Amino acid sequence: MPLYVEILISVFLVISGVFGFVGSYGLIKLKDSVQRLHAPTKATTLGVGGVLIASMIYFIAKTGHISIHELLITLFLFLTAPITANFIAKAYIARNMREGELPSSGGRYGWAVYDDPPESRPGS
Amino acid sequence: MILKRLIPHPLLSVTLVLVWLGLVNTVSLGNLILGTALGLIIPAITAPYWPNRPTIRRPLKVAEYFLVVLWDIVVANVEVALIILFKPEKNIASKWIPVPIELKSPEAITVLAGTITMTPGTVSATLSADASVILVHCLHTDDPDGVRDSIKSRYERRLMEIFE
Repeated sequence: MPLYVEILISVFLVISGVFGFVGSYGLIKLKDSVQRLHAPTKATTLGVGGVLIASMIYFIAKTGHISIHELLITLFLFLTAPITANFIAKAYIARNMREGELPSSGGRYGWAVYDDPPESRPGS
Repeated sequence: MILKRLIPHPLLSVTLVLVWLGLVNTVSLGNLILGTALGLIIPAITAPYWPNRPTIRRPLKVAEYFLVVLWDIVVANVEVALIILFKPEKNIASKWIPVPIELKSPEAITVLAGTITMTPGTVSATLSADASVILVHCLHTDDPDGVRDSIKSRYERRLMEIFE
């Protein structure tokens, strides 16, 4: 494997390590659960992304074939990570916040955590 | 129509074949046949769970959207990393921002909410009960209206073109 490919791989690994570290550090530093939610989104995007790019470059240089597994990992991460974040945020709102603490939705219906959807309202 | 009953969800079938080929990581005739079988059987079994089929109007726009989001993820990652590392904890001004949305199809709203969460610095928390407003939590901003407008102009406008 030529030297510049190894350097390129190392650069991506270091980038992903730095963002993984910042994501973990954010978990300690930020003060409440919703703020802490922001930290892992970094670890799963650039943190994991850097490792996956490095892995793809490595396998292209080593075997000459493009490895598809990394793209699939990216796809599955992008499908699953927002859902967990969304559920944690919803659970936080339901457990720790009152309706008055959130800004008003500005529409006819309130937020789904407190308000029923239109179909289930009697007489609507 | 027999073709419609055989392939109730063409997009899902194609996705399944491609994912299968990706999982085995080699394209050979045997894998192609097995993947096609999976792509035919799984949509047929799960058809009751797919009441609507999202129509993608402009496939090229999907690629554009993907690239825009990818770029935003990289930029926002750096911004949020700087906030976490160098901003004193008491100066971090987190805000809840209601973003009114014009998208109607559930698939488009799901993609928008996922995009907002995947770009660091913003997390989509909940929808209003009639799905017309999305509640976004922003880690640090001095300009909530700017965040709302950038979500609407960068992501929602493109999703409108793709889905509706």
